[in-house]
Amino acid sequence: MASDGGVSCLRSSEMPNVGIGGMELPPLDEVHVLAVDDSLVDRIVIERLLRITSCKVTAVDSGWRALELLGLDNEKASVELQRLKVDMIITDYCMPGMTGYELLKKIKESSSFRQVPVVIMSSENVLTRIDRCLEEGAEDFLLKPVKLADVKRLRNCLTGDVKLSNGNKRKLPEDSVTVNASLPPPPALTTLSTDSSDSSSPPLSPVEVFSSPLSSREDDDDVLTSSPEGSPTPEESPVRRQKMGSPGLD
Amino acid sequence: MELAQMQKSLQDYTKSLFLEGVLDSQFLQLQQLQDESNPDFVSQVVTLFFQDSDRILNDLSLSLDQQVVDFKKVDPHVHQLKGSSSSIGAQRVKNACVVFRSFCEQQNVEACHRCLQQVKQEYYLVKNRLETLFKLEQQIVASGGMIPAMELGF
Repeated sequence: MASDGGVSCLRSSEMPNVGIGGMELPPLDEVHVLAVDDSLVDRIVIERLLRITSCKVTAVDSGWRALELLGLDNEKASVELQRLKVDMIITDYCMPGMTGYELLKKIKESSSFRQVPVVIMSSENVLTRIDRCLEEGAEDFLLKPVKLADVKRLRNCLTGDVKLSNGNKRKLPEDSVTVNASLPPPPALTTLSTDSSDSSSPPLSPVEVFSSPLSSREDDDDVLTSSPEGSPTPEESPVRRQKMGSPGLD
Repeated sequence: MELAQMQKSLQDYTKSLFLEGVLDSQFLQLQQLQDESNPDFVSQVVTLFFQDSDRILNDLSLSLDQQVVDFKKVDPHVHQLKGSSSSIGAQRVKNACVVFRSFCEQQNVEACHRCLQQVKQEYYLVKNRLETLFKLEQQIVASGGMIPAMELGF
C-alpha cells in the first residue's frame, strides 16, 4: 500500500490501512456499498457501475428499506447482528416517501453510521439542494446520469487514494483505460479531507463555482436547466455538477 | 450478408442514431459496462426501460384523460420517465419530458396532452431504433462475429 512512495497525510504510517478519522479501510475488493434508488433502471445501472469497480452492492428501492437494513428503523430493536456493514451509501435524492436528503440526515444522526460516507445522486442541478446536502454531511453529490468516471472517483477515495497536497495521486490500473476521452481527469474529492491540517483548500461553495447563476429560486423545486452552457467546471471542484453537454465523442 | 458488411451496417446505424440525437453519450456509457461476464447488459437495461416506460405512458394517458387532471400525479410520472430515459441515453425522449414538465408546472392541460403525444412519438422512435440495433447485433453474433466497438471521434 505504501509502495507509491508517498504517504497520505490522512494515514498513520504505523497503520497502513487506516483512513479518514482513524477508520480502518477495507481491502480493495471488499468495499460494500448500499445503493438506494426508487427507479429500477437506475438501480440496475448503479449496481453494475459499482460492481464493475469491484464493490459489493446491496441495492434497495427506498429510504425505509435502507434504514431497515441498517437497523436504524425505529420499529424494530436494532440488534447488532442485524446491521449491515457498509462502507458507503449512495442514494437518489428524489424518492417518494423519504427523500435522499432525509435518509442522509437519519444516517448522520446515528452513532453507528454517521462515519459512513453518503453520496447523493440527482438529475437536477439545483445549487440550494447541493448546498443543503453537503452541509448535512454528504460526501459528494453526483449529477445523473451517473457515469463510470464518477463511480471510479468515488471508489478511489474509498480505498484511501486521496489526493495529496502535492498533487501526487496513485493511479489504479483501470484509470489508464478511458473511453470518454473528452472528460477531464476526475477531480479530487477534497470534501473527504475532514482532517483540517490536510486540507489544502476549503471545499468550494457551489455559488463560487459558477460564473452565471443557474436559478434564483430559493425553494427546492426542480430546475429545468440541465447545465449552463459555457460555465466551465473547475477541476478542483469537489462536486461534478456540470454534465458534459453535447456528446463527448471526440 | 457477409459478416464484415453486417458489422459495418451496425456501426453506420449506431452512428446515425447519435447524429440524429436519438441517443446520447450515456448510451456509450452503458456499452462500456457490457463485457464477457455481462454480455447482454445493454439490452437487459433497455428492455427494463421499455417495460417501465410502457407502464408510465399508460398511466400518463389515464391521468390526463381524467375530468380534473391531478398534476401531482402527472408530474412524478414524467419525472420518472425523464430519469430513466436519461439513464439509458434516450436523449430525445428525455428532452420531450423536460418540456412536458414545464407545462405540468403551468398546469396547462392542453399543452400536456400535446407533450404526451410528443413523448410517445420520441419513445416509439427510440424503441424501434434500438430494437433494430439489437437485431443487427444478434445477427452478427449468430454468424460467429464480434460486435464492433463503437468508434468515437465522429
